[in-house]
Amino acid sequence: MRSHIIILTIILLAVVSNLPSRLQIGNLSLYRPRIDFTLLGRRFYRDLSLKLGLDLSGGVHLVYQADTSSLPDSDRAAAVEATRVNIERRVNSLGVAEPIIQTSKAGSDYRLIVELAGISDINQATSLIGQTAQLEFRSTAVATPSSAADFTSTGLTGRDLRLAQVQFDSGKAAGQPVVSIEFSPDGAKKFSEITSKSIGKPLAIFLDNQLVTAPTVQTAITDGRAVISGNFTPDEAKKLTIQLNAGALPIPIHIIEQRNIGATLGVESIHKSLVAAAVGLVVIWLFMIVNYGLKGLLADLALIVYILIFLALIKLIPITLTLAGIAGFVLSIGMAVDANILIFERMKEELRWGRPLKAAVELGFHRAWTSVRDSNASSLITAGLLFWFGTGSVRGFALTLAVGILVSLFTSITVTRSLLRLVYAR
Amino acid sequence: MHVNFMKYKWLYFGISLLILIPGVFSLFRYGLRLSIDFTGGTLLEIQSSPADFKKIASDQKLDLSSVQSSAEGIYLLRFKSLDASQSAKFQAAIGTGVVEKRYESVGPVVGAEMTKKALLAVVLASLAIVVYIAWSFKGVPKPYSSWKFGVSAVVALLHDALVVLGLFSLFGHLYHVEIDALFVTAILTVIGFSVHDTIVVFDRVRENLPKMYNKPFSEIVDFSLTETLVRSLNTSLTVILTLTALLLFGGETIRWFVVALLVGIVSGTYSSIFNAAPLLVIWETKRK
Repeated sequence: MRSHIIILTIILLAVVSNLPSRLQIGNLSLYRPRIDFTLLGRRFYRDLSLKLGLDLSGGVHLVYQADTSSLPDSDRAAAVEATRVNIERRVNSLGVAEPIIQTSKAGSDYRLIVELAGISDINQATSLIGQTAQLEFRSTAVATPSSAADFTSTGLTGRDLRLAQVQFDSGKAAGQPVVSIEFSPDGAKKFSEITSKSIGKPLAIFLDNQLVTAPTVQTAITDGRAVISGNFTPDEAKKLTIQLNAGALPIPIHIIEQRNIGATLGVESIHKSLVAAAVGLVVIWLFMIVNYGLKGLLADLALIVYILIFLALIKLIPITLTLAGIAGFVLSIGMAVDANILIFERMKEELRWGRPLKAAVELGFHRAWTSVRDSNASSLITAGLLFWFGTGSVRGFALTLAVGILVSLFTSITVTRSLLRLVYAR
Repeated sequence: MHVNFMKYKWLYFGISLLILIPGVFSLFRYGLRLSIDFTGGTLLEIQSSPADFKKIASDQKLDLSSVQSSAEGIYLLRFKSLDASQSAKFQAAIGTGVVEKRYESVGPVVGAEMTKKALLAVVLASLAIVVYIAWSFKGVPKPYSSWKFGVSAVVALLHDALVVLGLFSLFGHLYHVEIDALFVTAILTVIGFSVHDTIVVFDRVRENLPKMYNKPFSEIVDFSLTETLVRSLNTSLTVILTLTALLLFGGETIRWFVVALLVGIVSGTYSSIFNAAPLLVIWETKRK
């Protein structure tokens, strides 16, 4: 009884997740629920829509190699992350719905992967991302400047900045967050000249022509290090360091891979794959009924549950659906009933060996388990290695395969067994 | 009552050899036609009226390595390397009405990494499966060894991988089919599924060993094969059916991917019955 309730709850949740985002029944509109909660300080948000990969939605896929050779090991990850934030800021101005900007590490190399769905002009994208920094220090001759026009350029820019970090003041305002910045040797020289000229006057930091902060210079700074203090909250200080690092583009990047996929190709592919999935499903349905009769029909019901749960999980995890992923899904429809076949064949054998029907049903599940377990374990091992081997669409395929195997174990064993017990209860 | 499978075991190996020889020959003779995923380079797919692409490329000092027409007015052009601005210039030179369908450019570093990782993934998958089966079958009674079960299963799956590789080497030579990242995906999926079938048979051998302790090993295997034949065929058939649906309706882009899976899975069904099981029999009965 309890297992029935659990199964029904899971099916219900899966059905709800797979509803269209807005359902109109007469005058009543139903909206698909969103998941949005915060647990242990981490926000968990899913709008339960299918995420389509670039090969389906069309768009630009870029991989950059980050040149970290000039940095010590300990600063590399931070510098790459700062570059990622920089790129994200620039990409946002393109108006892409959900840009993906990821960092990845291959051996000792750092890479940045940029995926822009719906963008067709690869030149526009690369020139935007590759543009140089627009961080600038500007000095002023006026003691209390009133507008940005009062400042003049010093020639000290983001190219001269090496790293910005949040620190906490240890002096008179202990615990107050401040932002420390570090210049390159060249920048340090320039910074020293500028600060010695503008003691007592504000020195402004502009990011993309917007005033970020204008602290007053106390003394000439010659060691290439400076601290920006202001009444920052920790969040503000962190945001500023990100902006500074981003503007500074601490490391050069260059393109090592670029792909541009036309959108029409994707739309065609989706339609064709859906047709293939539907045909495959109907064929499997017929196959199971022809071979296993009523039991086959129950397995077919379990297969529908499989599809519902599978799609719900794809949205929940979420896994970006690629063309290879859809192929993996269609393939998994064929594999999902395999456990059922092993179990039903075992039942036939148990019946042939003279067991009563009810016992044969239970023994079929029990005795087929080792072969079901071992064969699926080997598929999971290869799916795991595929995930490790691949990037992008290959990973999508590996994940869909793994999710498919796990869900099919649940539906072909637990769900089918519950259905069989209901039918053969008498 | 059982079928005497093992009587013809050398015939099964012979059939496998017959299928493998042309593929392996082609692998040595022509190798594999690797895509830019492995070699690095640029692929440009455009829709345009016919033009002398080679001449335009040489005028612009671009290294155009091949031109292929996939459908009417659709051309696949491969370059050693072509950045986005060179591509724009090249397309402008062809004339008006050129539509860029796909532009892919992979650096040589990425390609080399991919090759290394793909090989490593296949090797690791094989090793992991040997170890898993050896562990899972550790309960087989003495003097049988669970390692022999594991290694026999993996020899069968390498056979399947080789069948697919050989066939695609031929396809590459005859139809210009390329090996890309998806192909590696297909090979690994085939590897996983090939073991599927083998395990169904081996699992039954494991179950029958204690029951039929006074029978010769080859008879136990024959008996197990007979008992599991229908389910081996049926589990493969369901996958073959869905793959056939994908092949017929799934569109051009994944066609060769599906072909690789289909060939591998048919081969996997054959090899689990006719390679893995006989191999196990020969190995387990060799001892004095």
